[in-house]
Amino acid sequence: MTPASYKANPLAALTLRNVTKRFNGAAGCVTALDDITLDVKEGEFLVLVGPSGCGKSTLLSLLAGLDQVDEGAIRLGDEPVRSPGRDRLVMFQQDALFPWLNALENVMFGLRLKPDLTEAERLESARYYLSLVGLADKEKARPHELSGGMRQRVALARSLAPNPRVLLMDEPFSALDALTRDQLYRDIQDIFTKRKKTIVLVTHNIREAVCLGDRVVLLSPNPGRIRQIFDIKLPRPRRINDPELASLAAEVTDALSSHLSSSQEGLA
Amino acid sequence: MKLPRFVIPTLVAVIFLGGWEWFVRAEHVNDVLVPAPSQILKWFWDSLLNGELLSATWVTMRRLIIGFAIGAALGVPLGALCARVRWIRDTLGVLALGLQTLPSVCWVPLALLWFGQEESAVLFVVVMGTIWAVVIAVQESVLNVQPLYLRAAMTMGSKGWHLWLRVIFPAALPGILSGMKQGWAFAWRSLMAAEIFVVILTGFGLGSLLHAGRELLRMDQVMGVMTVVVLVGLLADLIFFSPLERWLRRSRGL
Ligand SMILES: Nc1ncnc2c1ncn2[C@@H]1O[C@H](COP(=O)(O)OP(=O)(O)O)[C@@H](O)[C@H]1O
Ligand SMILES: [Mg+2]
Repeated sequence: MTPASYKANPLAALTLRNVTKRFNGAAGCVTALDDITLDVKEGEFLVLVGPSGCGKSTLLSLLAGLDQVDEGAIRLGDEPVRSPGRDRLVMFQQDALFPWLNALENVMFGLRLKPDLTEAERLESARYYLSLVGLADKEKARPHELSGGMRQRVALARSLAPNPRVLLMDEPFSALDALTRDQLYRDIQDIFTKRKKTIVLVTHNIREAVCLGDRVVLLSPNPGRIRQIFDIKLPRPRRINDPELASLAAEVTDALSSHLSSSQEGLA
Repeated sequence: MKLPRFVIPTLVAVIFLGGWEWFVRAEHVNDVLVPAPSQILKWFWDSLLNGELLSATWVTMRRLIIGFAIGAALGVPLGALCARVRWIRDTLGVLALGLQTLPSVCWVPLALLWFGQEESAVLFVVVMGTIWAVVIAVQESVLNVQPLYLRAAMTMGSKGWHLWLRVIFPAALPGILSGMKQGWAFAWRSLMAAEIFVVILTGFGLGSLLHAGRELLRMDQVMGVMTVVVLVGLLADLIFFSPLERWLRRSRGL
C-alpha cells in the first residue's frame, strides 16, 4: 500500500481505500469488510446491495464516522473521516426518532444544531420537509402515535432537513408498505436531482437499488467484499414498475445468486 | 348492577374503625395503650387548632424538601460522572452501591458528632438518604440509554453538553425519576428516625412530636402523628411523583 494509493479522486465526495473492518464477537473474529476500495462521486446516488451480513450497515457506520476502520482509509473530500459530522447524516434501519420529542421537534433537532439559521428559517424548513413526506398534519404527534411507515418518513425528513452534503441511508424503506415506498422513491429522486446530493443507500431489495442508484455495488458476505458494480443508465425519474428497470434488476439478481452460489462452493 | 369501586373499601374502613371504637369503649383494652379512633381524631383536631401540628409538619417538610433537593442536585451530576468516567464508576459508583444498602439511620451518630444537635445534622442524614439512590439510578439509566439515539444525535452534530442535555438526560429521565422516588422514600424514613431519636434544638418536627407523645404516654398523639406521616408520604406520591411518572409514560407511549 503506497501513499500514492491514498490520493483522493478530485471528483469524489467519499473515497474508500483498502478498508477492512473486523469484529471480535462471541462467535470469534468476523471480517465484516475486507479490502473495500471505492469512490463515491460528488452528486452520485450509490446503492449497496447484498445479502444480510455482508457488511452494508458496517460500511455505512464507517462512512458516518460512528465506527473506525481497522485498515485502510476513508476520506470526505480531502478530510479523513474520523468522527461523526453534520456533513454526513445517517438514516438508520430503525427510525431512531426521539420519543420525548414530537414529529416537528424531531425534525428540528438537526436544524437547531446549525448556528447560521434563524429559528423561523428552521421552523419553515422543518415544516417543508414534513409536508414533503406527507406528514404536515402530524407535526404535533409523538413517535409512538405514528405508524412504522410514518415514523420512517419523519426520520427521512429529519435527515434531509439539515441539508447535509452526504446522506447515508440504511434500508430506510424496508419497513414501509408498497404505496408509501413508491411515493418515497419519487420524493427521494426528486430531492436528489433538485438538490444534487451525494447519497449512499443500503438495501437488500434489488429493484429498489436499480430504481434509485446511479451505480449499484454488489457485496458478498464472509468476508464482506465488493463483487460487481453495475452502472444504471436509465433516465430519471424512474418508476419502480418500469419494464426496462425490471429486466436490469433481473440481471443484477442473477449476478448476485451466481456470486452467492460460487462463494458457497468455495466454502464447501 | 355494579357497585362503584370505592364502596367496598369505604365499607371495610367503616366496619374496621367502628369495631375498633367499640372495642376500646367496651373497655376490652386500656385506652391509654390503645386509643379509640375518636380520641385520635380529637387530638388531631386540637393540635391543628393550637398550631402544634402544622408547625411540626412545616419543620419536617422543610427539612425533607431541602435535604432531598441537595441530595438530588448532588446525585444527578455525580451519577452522570459515574456513567461517563470508568474509574469514577469503579470507585464512587461502587461506594454508592454499598452506601445505598446502608439504612440511613446509621448516619445519625456521625451526623451528631460532626454537626451537633443542629439543623445541619438532620439535613446531612436526609442528604445521605437521598443521594446514593439517585447516583445509582442516574448512572444506570445513563448507561442504558439506547446507543441508537446517541448515534443518531451524533451524526446530526450533537456532542458534549448538547448531547447530555438534549439526548442523554431526556432518554434517561424515566429511570432517573424512579431513582428520585426511591431517594425520597429513603430520605423520608431517615428523617423520621433522626427526629425521633435525636433532640434537634433548632426545630420541633413530626418525629419530635411523636417522641414527645411516647414520653407523655399520649398514644392518641403517637398514632395521630403516625397517621400524618403516612398521609404526607401518600400525598407526595399522589401530587408529585405519580403524575410526573404518568405524564412521562403517556407522552412516550410506554
Ligand atoms: N458490533 C458488532 N459486533 C460484532 N459483530 C458485528 C457487529 N456489527 C456487525 N457485526 C458482524 O459483521 C457482519 C456484517 O454485519 P452488518 O454490517 O450489520 O451486515 P448487513 O447490514 O449487511 O446485514 C455480520 O457478520 C455481523 O454479525
Ligand atoms: Mg444491516
